[in-house]
Amino acid sequence: MSFVWAFVVGGLLCVLAQLILDLARLTPGQVLVLFVVAGALMGGLGVYGAFVQFAGAGATVPLPGFGYTMVEGIGEAVKQKGPMGLFTGSLTASAGGIKAAVLFGLAASLIFKPKA
Amino acid sequence: MGLQQTRYQQLSKEKMPKRPVLRNLLWAFMIGGAICLAGQFVQLFFMHQGMSVKEAASPTTVVMVGIGAVLTGAGLYDRLVKRAGMGGTLPITGFANAMVAPAMEFRAEGLIMGVGARLFTVAGPVLAYGMAAAFVVSAVRYLVTGVA
Repeated sequence: MSFVWAFVVGGLLCVLAQLILDLARLTPGQVLVLFVVAGALMGGLGVYGAFVQFAGAGATVPLPGFGYTMVEGIGEAVKQKGPMGLFTGSLTASAGGIKAAVLFGLAASLIFKPKA
Repeated sequence: MGLQQTRYQQLSKEKMPKRPVLRNLLWAFMIGGAICLAGQFVQLFFMHQGMSVKEAASPTTVVMVGIGAVLTGAGLYDRLVKRAGMGGTLPITGFANAMVAPAMEFRAEGLIMGVGARLFTVAGPVLAYGMAAAFVVSAVRYLVTGVA
Protein backbone atom coordinates (compact mmCIF):
# COMPACT_ATOMS: atom_id res chain seq x y z
CA MET A 1 0.00 0.00 0.00
CA SER A 2 2.85 2.36 0.80
CA PHE A 3 3.98 2.01 -2.82
CA VAL A 4 0.61 3.11 -4.17
CA TRP A 5 0.56 6.20 -1.99
CA ALA A 6 4.16 7.07 -2.83
CA PHE A 7 3.24 7.00 -6.52
CA VAL A 8 -0.06 8.85 -6.19
CA VAL A 9 1.06 11.55 -3.76
CA GLY A 10 4.39 12.12 -5.52
CA GLY A 11 2.60 12.31 -8.85
CA LEU A 12 0.02 14.75 -7.52
CA LEU A 13 2.71 17.05 -6.10
CA CYS A 14 4.29 17.13 -9.56
CA VAL A 15 0.87 17.84 -11.13
CA LEU A 16 0.41 20.77 -8.74
CA ALA A 17 3.84 22.09 -9.67
CA GLN A 18 3.07 21.69 -13.39
CA LEU A 19 -0.23 23.54 -12.95
CA ILE A 20 1.48 26.45 -11.22
CA LEU A 21 4.16 26.49 -13.92
CA ASP A 22 1.62 26.54 -16.77
CA LEU A 23 -1.03 28.80 -15.28
CA ALA A 24 1.10 31.32 -13.39
CA ARG A 25 3.73 31.22 -16.17
CA LEU A 26 6.62 30.85 -13.76
CA THR A 27 10.01 29.36 -14.60
CA PRO A 28 10.91 25.90 -13.22
CA GLY A 29 13.47 27.55 -10.90
CA GLN A 30 10.80 29.80 -9.41
CA VAL A 31 8.48 26.83 -8.86
CA LEU A 32 11.28 24.89 -7.14
CA VAL A 33 11.96 27.79 -4.75
CA LEU A 34 8.24 28.12 -4.06
CA PHE A 35 7.94 24.42 -3.26
CA VAL A 36 11.01 24.20 -1.02
CA VAL A 37 9.76 27.21 0.99
CA ALA A 38 6.27 25.67 1.17
CA GLY A 39 7.81 22.42 2.41
CA ALA A 40 9.68 24.26 5.16
CA LEU A 41 6.55 26.17 6.22
CA MET A 42 4.44 23.02 6.32
CA GLY A 43 7.23 21.24 8.16
CA GLY A 44 7.22 23.97 10.80
CA LEU A 45 3.47 23.68 11.19
CA GLY A 46 3.78 19.92 11.68
CA VAL A 47 1.65 19.21 8.62
CA TYR A 48 4.36 17.81 6.39
CA GLY A 49 5.51 15.27 8.97
CA ALA A 50 2.08 13.64 8.95
CA PHE A 51 2.17 13.75 5.17
CA VAL A 52 5.53 11.91 5.14
CA GLN A 53 4.21 9.21 7.46
CA PHE A 54 1.37 8.65 5.05
CA ALA A 55 3.09 8.90 1.65
CA GLY A 56 6.71 7.98 2.41
CA ALA A 57 8.96 8.70 -0.55
CA GLY A 58 5.97 10.33 -2.30
CA ALA A 59 6.49 13.20 0.15
CA THR A 60 10.24 13.06 0.77
CA VAL A 61 11.52 12.66 -2.81
CA PRO A 62 9.79 15.79 -4.26
CA LEU A 63 11.46 19.08 -3.38
CA PRO A 64 9.12 20.16 -0.55
CA GLY A 65 10.61 17.18 1.30
CA PHE A 66 13.92 19.02 1.14
CA GLY A 67 12.48 22.02 2.98
CA TYR A 68 10.86 19.67 5.47
CA THR A 69 14.20 17.89 6.06
CA MET A 70 15.83 21.24 6.84
CA VAL A 71 13.20 22.13 9.45
CA GLU A 72 13.41 18.65 10.99
CA GLY A 73 17.21 18.98 11.14
CA ILE A 74 16.93 22.27 12.99
CA GLY A 75 14.53 20.67 15.47
CA GLU A 76 17.02 17.88 16.20
CA ALA A 77 19.98 20.26 16.45
CA VAL A 78 18.20 22.67 18.80
CA LYS A 79 17.28 19.74 21.04
CA GLN A 80 20.96 18.77 21.26
CA LYS A 81 22.77 22.10 21.42
CA GLY A 82 20.24 24.85 21.94
CA PRO A 83 19.63 27.94 19.79
CA MET A 84 22.87 27.42 17.86
CA GLY A 85 21.04 24.53 16.23
CA LEU A 86 19.00 27.12 14.32
CA PHE A 87 22.18 27.77 12.33
CA THR A 88 23.63 24.28 12.01
CA GLY A 89 20.58 22.03 11.76
CA SER A 90 19.26 22.63 8.25
CA LEU A 91 22.51 21.95 6.41
CA THR A 92 23.46 19.02 8.65
CA ALA A 93 20.22 17.27 7.79
CA SER A 94 20.37 18.01 4.07
CA ALA A 95 24.13 17.52 3.71
CA GLY A 96 23.89 14.05 2.13
CA GLY A 97 21.87 15.20 -0.86
CA ILE A 98 23.76 18.44 -1.37
CA LYS A 99 27.20 16.92 -1.16
CA ALA A 100 26.20 14.00 -3.40
CA ALA A 101 24.91 16.45 -6.03
CA VAL A 102 28.10 18.55 -5.86
CA LEU A 103 30.40 15.52 -6.13
CA PHE A 104 28.39 13.85 -8.89
CA GLY A 105 28.09 17.19 -10.70
CA LEU A 106 31.84 17.72 -10.65
CA ALA A 107 32.48 14.15 -11.75
CA ALA A 108 29.89 14.25 -14.53
CA SER A 109 31.23 17.50 -15.96
CA LEU A 110 34.67 15.90 -16.19
CA ILE A 111 33.51 12.56 -17.61
CA PHE A 112 30.57 13.33 -19.90
CA LYS A 113 30.39 15.61 -22.91
CA PRO A 114 27.13 17.58 -23.06
CA LYS A 115 24.80 16.50 -25.87
CA ALA A 116 23.97 19.58 -27.96
CA MET B 1 -2.32 53.32 -34.14
CA GLY B 2 -4.18 52.25 -31.02
CA LEU B 3 -6.53 50.14 -33.09
CA GLN B 4 -3.65 48.44 -34.87
CA GLN B 5 -2.02 47.63 -31.59
CA THR B 6 -5.08 45.92 -30.15
CA ARG B 7 -5.49 44.02 -33.40
CA TYR B 8 -1.85 42.96 -33.17
CA GLN B 9 -2.27 41.78 -29.60
CA GLN B 10 -5.35 39.84 -30.60
CA LEU B 11 -3.53 38.21 -33.50
CA SER B 12 -0.47 37.29 -31.46
CA LYS B 13 -2.71 35.80 -28.79
CA GLU B 14 -4.46 33.70 -31.41
CA LYS B 15 -1.23 32.55 -32.98
CA MET B 16 0.54 31.77 -29.72
CA PRO B 17 0.83 28.00 -29.36
CA LYS B 18 -1.62 26.75 -26.75
CA ARG B 19 0.08 24.93 -23.92
CA PRO B 20 -1.21 21.36 -23.89
CA VAL B 21 -2.08 21.71 -20.22
CA LEU B 22 -3.91 18.43 -19.71
CA ARG B 23 -1.33 16.32 -21.48
CA ASN B 24 1.44 18.04 -19.51
CA LEU B 25 -0.35 17.23 -16.27
CA LEU B 26 -0.76 13.58 -17.16
CA TRP B 27 2.91 13.21 -18.02
CA ALA B 28 3.95 15.05 -14.86
CA PHE B 29 1.80 12.70 -12.80
CA MET B 30 3.06 9.48 -14.40
CA ILE B 31 6.77 10.31 -14.41
CA GLY B 32 6.78 12.15 -11.07
CA GLY B 33 4.87 9.29 -9.49
CA ALA B 34 7.21 6.70 -10.99
CA ILE B 35 10.29 8.49 -9.64
CA CYS B 36 8.77 8.65 -6.14
CA LEU B 37 7.89 4.97 -6.43
CA ALA B 38 11.52 4.25 -7.24
CA GLY B 39 12.47 6.30 -4.18
CA GLN B 40 10.14 4.20 -2.05
CA PHE B 41 11.88 1.03 -3.28
CA VAL B 42 15.31 2.47 -2.48
CA GLN B 43 14.14 3.53 0.99
CA LEU B 44 12.71 0.08 1.63
CA PHE B 45 15.98 -1.48 0.55
CA PHE B 46 17.86 0.52 3.21
CA MET B 47 15.22 -0.31 5.80
CA HIS B 48 15.75 -4.00 5.02
CA GLN B 49 19.40 -3.40 5.95
CA GLY B 50 18.12 -2.55 9.41
CA MET B 51 17.75 1.23 9.20
CA SER B 52 14.80 3.13 10.62
CA VAL B 53 12.71 5.34 8.31
CA LYS B 54 14.65 8.36 9.56
CA GLU B 55 18.05 6.74 9.10
CA ALA B 56 17.12 5.59 5.59
CA ALA B 57 16.20 9.11 4.44
CA SER B 58 19.72 10.37 3.84
CA PRO B 59 21.13 7.36 1.93
CA THR B 60 17.93 7.25 -0.13
CA THR B 61 18.47 10.88 -1.14
CA VAL B 62 22.10 10.16 -2.05
CA VAL B 63 21.08 7.23 -4.28
CA MET B 64 18.31 9.22 -5.98
CA VAL B 65 20.69 12.13 -6.58
CA GLY B 66 23.20 9.66 -8.02
CA ILE B 67 20.59 8.22 -10.39
CA GLY B 68 19.61 11.74 -11.49
CA ALA B 69 23.24 12.68 -12.06
CA VAL B 70 24.07 9.59 -14.13
CA LEU B 71 20.96 9.95 -16.29
CA THR B 72 21.84 13.62 -16.79
CA GLY B 73 25.39 12.73 -17.76
CA ALA B 74 24.08 10.23 -20.31
CA GLY B 75 21.84 12.96 -21.76
CA LEU B 76 18.67 11.08 -20.83
CA TYR B 77 17.28 13.20 -18.00
CA ASP B 78 16.86 16.36 -20.07
CA ARG B 79 14.80 14.37 -22.56
CA LEU B 80 12.70 13.08 -19.69
CA VAL B 81 12.11 16.63 -18.43
CA LYS B 82 11.01 17.77 -21.90
CA ARG B 83 8.16 15.26 -21.68
CA ALA B 84 7.39 15.23 -17.97
CA GLY B 85 7.98 18.90 -17.10
CA MET B 86 7.75 19.33 -13.35
CA GLY B 87 7.29 15.54 -13.05
CA GLY B 88 10.98 15.36 -13.85
CA THR B 89 12.05 18.61 -12.20
CA LEU B 90 10.31 18.48 -8.81
CA PRO B 91 11.72 15.15 -7.51
CA ILE B 92 15.21 15.22 -5.98
CA THR B 93 16.54 13.55 -9.16
CA GLY B 94 15.52 16.78 -10.93
CA PHE B 95 17.41 18.81 -8.34
CA ALA B 96 20.47 16.74 -9.20
CA ASN B 97 19.78 17.36 -12.89
CA ALA B 98 19.54 21.11 -12.24
CA MET B 99 23.01 21.01 -10.69
CA VAL B 100 24.74 18.59 -13.06
CA ALA B 101 23.37 19.78 -16.43
CA PRO B 102 24.59 23.41 -16.28
CA ALA B 103 27.91 22.30 -14.77
CA MET B 104 28.45 20.06 -17.80
CA GLU B 105 27.18 22.63 -20.26
CA PHE B 106 29.48 25.41 -19.08
CA ARG B 107 32.59 23.28 -18.84
CA ALA B 108 34.00 25.39 -21.68
CA GLU B 109 33.98 28.45 -19.40
CA GLY B 110 36.50 26.75 -17.16
CA LEU B 111 36.50 24.62 -14.04
CA ILE B 112 36.08 27.56 -11.65
CA MET B 113 33.53 29.98 -13.08
CA GLY B 114 32.15 27.41 -15.51
CA VAL B 115 31.67 24.14 -13.66
CA GLY B 116 32.08 25.40 -10.09
CA ALA B 117 29.73 28.37 -10.30
CA ARG B 118 27.10 26.85 -12.63
CA LEU B 119 26.57 23.90 -10.30
CA PHE B 120 24.56 26.36 -8.22
CA THR B 121 22.52 28.25 -10.84
CA VAL B 122 19.30 26.58 -9.68
CA ALA B 123 20.53 24.91 -6.49
CA GLY B 124 21.74 28.27 -5.13
CA PRO B 125 18.32 29.94 -4.97
CA VAL B 126 16.70 26.71 -3.72
CA LEU B 127 19.26 26.35 -0.92
CA ALA B 128 19.24 30.04 0.00
CA TYR B 129 15.46 30.35 0.29
CA GLY B 130 15.08 26.87 1.75
CA MET B 131 17.56 27.71 4.49
CA ALA B 132 15.98 31.11 5.09
CA ALA B 133 12.47 29.66 5.33
CA ALA B 134 13.60 26.81 7.60
CA PHE B 135 15.39 29.31 9.84
CA VAL B 136 12.44 31.70 10.15
CA VAL B 137 9.88 28.94 10.71
CA SER B 138 12.03 27.21 13.31
CA ALA B 139 12.98 30.45 15.08
CA VAL B 140 9.34 31.43 15.42
CA ARG B 141 8.46 27.95 16.67
CA TYR B 142 11.36 28.09 19.13
CA LEU B 143 10.29 31.47 20.49
CA VAL B 144 6.65 30.46 20.79
CA THR B 145 6.91 26.87 22.07
CA GLY B 146 10.45 26.64 23.47
CA VAL B 147 11.32 23.74 21.12
CA ALA B 148 12.21 24.12 17.46
